[in-house]
Amino acid sequence: MFELLGIPPQALFGQLLIGLINGAFYAMLSLGLAVIFGLLNIINFTHGAQYMMGAFVAWFLLNSALGLNYWWALLIAPIVVGITGIVIERLLLKRIYKLDHLYGLLLTFGLALVIEGLFRNYYGSTGLPYSIPPQLAGGHNLGFMFLPNYRAWVIVFSLAVCLGTWFVIERTSLGATLRAATENPTLVQAFGINVPRLITVTYGFGVGLAALAGVLAAPIYQVSPLMGSQIIIVVFAVVVIGGMGSIMGAIVSGFGLGVIEGLTKVFYPEASNTVIFVIMAIVLLVRPAGLFGRAR
Amino acid sequence: MPEAAVMAKELLKVRDLHAWYGESHILHGMSFDVGEGEVVTLLGRNGAGKTTTMKAIMGIVGQRKGSVVFEGTETIGLGSNRIARLGIAYCPEERGIFASLDVEENLMLPPAVRPGGMSIEEIHAIFPNLKERRRSQGTKLSGGEQQMLAIGRILRTGARLLLLDEPTEGLAPVIVQQIGNVIRTLKTKGFTILLVEQNFRFAATVADRHYVVEHGRVIDHIRNEDIPANMDRLHEYLGV
Repeated sequence: MFELLGIPPQALFGQLLIGLINGAFYAMLSLGLAVIFGLLNIINFTHGAQYMMGAFVAWFLLNSALGLNYWWALLIAPIVVGITGIVIERLLLKRIYKLDHLYGLLLTFGLALVIEGLFRNYYGSTGLPYSIPPQLAGGHNLGFMFLPNYRAWVIVFSLAVCLGTWFVIERTSLGATLRAATENPTLVQAFGINVPRLITVTYGFGVGLAALAGVLAAPIYQVSPLMGSQIIIVVFAVVVIGGMGSIMGAIVSGFGLGVIEGLTKVFYPEASNTVIFVIMAIVLLVRPAGLFGRAR
Repeated sequence: MPEAAVMAKELLKVRDLHAWYGESHILHGMSFDVGEGEVVTLLGRNGAGKTTTMKAIMGIVGQRKGSVVFEGTETIGLGSNRIARLGIAYCPEERGIFASLDVEENLMLPPAVRPGGMSIEEIHAIFPNLKERRRSQGTKLSGGEQQMLAIGRILRTGARLLLLDEPTEGLAPVIVQQIGNVIRTLKTKGFTILLVEQNFRFAATVADRHYVVEHGRVIDHIRNEDIPANMDRLHEYLGV
């Protein structure tokens, strides 16, 4: 049995796995933030609350009279929460695009507090249980570690969603329109494209991604009104490190920072809660636009 | 021969067009016509309101008033995407090439608004450079190539009226000549073109008629064949 710097391999791989799981959520959430920021120029502070709403919709579906399971939730929750996002965009966000960034921050942060407050009022702050779907229960012994099936599923699925999103934005004509509208919305509209509608749909999509992450998270973390605000602070640091608005930056730094955080828990546990913020500070000093960001 | 028989069918009719950027009132009642199949220029000094006129036709100024009729449809109340869908395409002065798109994506970006647009092959035949460099980042092209890309991409859309804002600005004489050839080719293909120019020597090689713009108004109208007789007037207007 080998040891690395006095660390048993089970502990090392265990933390690596936890790091990858956290990284999967960081990546999906920061991806949504990056897509939204790119086109709307708004930092969506409601993102954590929308992630939490995704988990709650999964819980409602399961515990409602319909009794719809995890797989249905994976489909329905992003759509339902995405539609609430579209309503928010049409009613509120579209009024502040021409104003300073600060208004976007105040509005989305305020919305997050309202949504979280409402859920806490009805469901308290202790979590509600949501069990792993039976198809993904159990796990495999890989020899050096035990890999629970559900966790493997989360990593693979979120990687697929992230890469799929990247492909659509960077390699299709819809994505080209989106990138062009990010650069010069006035000209894109003067070519005959309905840019306001594109913005609405994009916000709905980004919010849907958050809700999808919420469904994935429900069986791992408990379904709790506070789950969003716990993760979102780290996610903002991830977005800053990756570069605001950069799609690949959000994905790579999401997974990468999850792993770094996990490894820090093994080698220097005292720093595991702060390591991401230390990295953020260093990146801001060296590359203020982020690792993958273009200076605006 | 009666004059009316010579005049082409009216495609664009601008009447008493006013436009504002925030508080500043830039256009003070522009009025002019562009007939089907014509090449018409707006000449004038810097700051006369030529570019603003283009933007006002396209609906991308802060506020506009008056009347812009395209093929009998009043567009003054429409958003810029609706105006584009009627069949007007715009090539901005700063060219508007997207840095995050490659040449081909830039070329394919404007949606087709009408049937009968040019095919990619036809556009590549006019601008062979765009074919060679189709995987390059749009803004990595030379100034002349960017201008060709900016013109090329609006030919695909099937738009009948092209608004070209200073397509020769800052380009080498040999490229200016090429752009001139392109404009004449487009005219023979039946496109109608409204051109903004500061360089009337260039404008005279491509256009049928010229409107002189000053302080946001049309102050004179000169047919291309009358230019030699009106050199003194033009020099005075344009301060060259």
